[in-house]
Amino acid sequence: MGTIAEKQQGLAPADIPVRAAHTFVIRPTHGWVSLKLGEMWAYRELLYFLTWRDIKVRYKQTILGMIWAVIQPFMTMVVFSLFFGGLAGVPSDGVPYPVFSFAALVPWSFFATAMTQSSNSLVGAANLIKKVYFPRLVVPISSVVSPLVDFALAFAVLIGMIVFFSVVPTMTQIVWEPGTLEIGFVPAVSAIPITANVIWLPFFLALAFMTALAVGLWLSAMNVQFRDVHYMVPFLTQFWMFATPIAYPASLITNNIARMIYSLNPMVGVVEGFRWALLGTDTQPGPMIVVSTLAALALLIGGAFYFRRMEKTFADVV
Amino acid sequence: MNSTVAIHAEGLSKQYRIGSRRDSYSTLRETIMEAVQAPFKRASSLLRGEAYGAAGLKETIWALKDVSFEVSQGEVVGIIGRNGAGKSTLLKILSRITEPSEGFAEVRGRVGSLLEVGTGFHPELTGRENIYLNGAILGMHRYEIERKFDEMVAFAEVEKFIDTPVKHYSSGMYLRLAFAVAAHLEPEILLVDEVLAVGDIKFQEKCLGKMNEVATEGRTVLFVSHNMAAARQLCQTGIVLEHGRVAHQGTIDSAIAYYTQENNPVSTASFVDTRQVTNRSGIGGGRIVSVAFANGAGLPDTLFGIGEPFSVTMNIELEQSLDVSLEAGVEIRKLDGTQLVNLRSDSESTLFPLEGGEKQIAIRVHVAGLPLYPGIYVVEPWFCQRQGRRVDHVHNACFITMETRGVFASERFIQPNRGVLLANSRWEKAAFEPVDTAAASRVEAQ
Repeated sequence: MGTIAEKQQGLAPADIPVRAAHTFVIRPTHGWVSLKLGEMWAYRELLYFLTWRDIKVRYKQTILGMIWAVIQPFMTMVVFSLFFGGLAGVPSDGVPYPVFSFAALVPWSFFATAMTQSSNSLVGAANLIKKVYFPRLVVPISSVVSPLVDFALAFAVLIGMIVFFSVVPTMTQIVWEPGTLEIGFVPAVSAIPITANVIWLPFFLALAFMTALAVGLWLSAMNVQFRDVHYMVPFLTQFWMFATPIAYPASLITNNIARMIYSLNPMVGVVEGFRWALLGTDTQPGPMIVVSTLAALALLIGGAFYFRRMEKTFADVV
Repeated sequence: MNSTVAIHAEGLSKQYRIGSRRDSYSTLRETIMEAVQAPFKRASSLLRGEAYGAAGLKETIWALKDVSFEVSQGEVVGIIGRNGAGKSTLLKILSRITEPSEGFAEVRGRVGSLLEVGTGFHPELTGRENIYLNGAILGMHRYEIERKFDEMVAFAEVEKFIDTPVKHYSSGMYLRLAFAVAAHLEPEILLVDEVLAVGDIKFQEKCLGKMNEVATEGRTVLFVSHNMAAARQLCQTGIVLEHGRVAHQGTIDSAIAYYTQENNPVSTASFVDTRQVTNRSGIGGGRIVSVAFANGAGLPDTLFGIGEPFSVTMNIELEQSLDVSLEAGVEIRKLDGTQLVNLRSDSESTLFPLEGGEKQIAIRVHVAGLPLYPGIYVVEPWFCQRQGRRVDHVHNACFITMETRGVFASERFIQPNRGVLLANSRWEKAAFEPVDTAAASRVEAQ
């Protein structure tokens, strides 16, 4: 019997479950409401199209186009390498400083872009929200998905850098002697070993995604009511960057309890994870990553419920 | 819920919070003081848990109150009412864009809403890309869009520009494309809000035709409009909303009749004091203070038989004495605003010179008889200085009634709303002409 039903569904693609005649009841909701993830699944095509639009439109009418996705983290890496790695002599866990900082800047740029975009996403989609019904969660999610394209490009450059620093281990590097302005030539650090740890990379990327989405859910919902959020996000991004081991190694923090508190910032786990998986830095990031993951999960679940609770006011207030 | 019922609404209410009216700040100092204090006030109300209080929204209004109705499957319902009566709010609730504050509604079937065409269009994307994007936003699946793609493009008449970014489109092309996507949505229940009021007349007619097609396909349609003619053409039943409540429910004709009467309290008085009428236009400098109607015998009356003579007199007061001539006119309209007759003194080469600085003048027009169907008609008088712009034009304040009597004999078939104009006609039996010979003889005649 089940097979007949399935066959009929196969024959009539127009009658996929969402579209079949169904009854729904409209009534006021109070307090906390369910996430309705099933409905999210039904609207996956909309998610796809909104993401696609974001990607398509982002670099329209620019000369450099997609190259911008690489320029930003790359130039930051150059500046960091000159000032922190060169002038200030910040240690880099035994890895050449440019690779060390770029391996962190790539996931960080993704996170920063995704968080900023999703925080402003609902206000930006005000017109849609006031005129069409769809699960509102689609909006912040799509704005976290679209920066993944930028991430992929920057990541390719990161791989290029790792290969460069591995293949040419005997090449001499031009560096500033720490603390001075004299240019010296020193032998390059030994090759970067590629280990099996790289299979963990998708997990760390997912962690960055979750964190960006979590913050995006909180902030976008608040932004609908209070545009203060719009002015707050740039500061937040800046402070958060210094609270994340991008320009400096997390290994500078030696006290174990301090390390755990430090890794309540989920991006600590992401960045340390990236370095561990790609560069083979042996900083035992395991416990930090666990703490970061739990923190990100808590932030995400809280954010999703907060978002759903505030959702009913969006169309009226935005 | 009965299986043939598509929408069942009970006690739907929606409360909006609106900002309390503020005093206008008279000095810069007060403005600055207020700006400095505001964040602290908002923060404190936020801490007290008043989400909206924090945004300074304290006063509330009911945009919708206790709205209950039922719509059967396949019914085409017109929702009419003045601006702010709650029509759009009702559609927003039914399409789940916003939640009701009270009450509930059961909706059976997939809902598509057309509250605005072109929602989500992006100027940088091409016509093709926008069709897919907009279709997805309106809830269509990709295969549905693919299936109807050519039809939409043809409807919008943008074949040549389909791969051009829409920012290069003319506004007409943009609207046509936007409407084309929306019009090809195939939900079981369609909610439409004023989307027909776009584009030029030709395109509006095309849209109306498309809506008609949708309506006859057996889909349930809720149609919000200010255009009574469109509503009458499309809908079977009507709901009149007034101040957020259902004021009337019934056939579309009864609903329109109710609405037009409520909004134009029809005065049957043959003498209308127009001094308090606010619905008027003109450059000012004088006004029509009253209007009087009389029948062919010169007796005050507003009930006329079809084709019977009557007269309209407008009494005019000027603010200052002028040494000019006046021209006047009378427009006769249907209650839905369609203009039927436009009488002008200048078309009769009649001028009304003001002599000796007089500030008051009365102008009367004798109408030989109008071949109008029975019903109530609006009479709108206006006047101007010679070849100048209208000084005063009184809208929707004076009415006459055409009764089912008069020069046309067979009253049986002359009923309200069966037509607009009557004409004298004579009927006879004629000789049958075969098509071929008829065509041949016509060619010869040329």
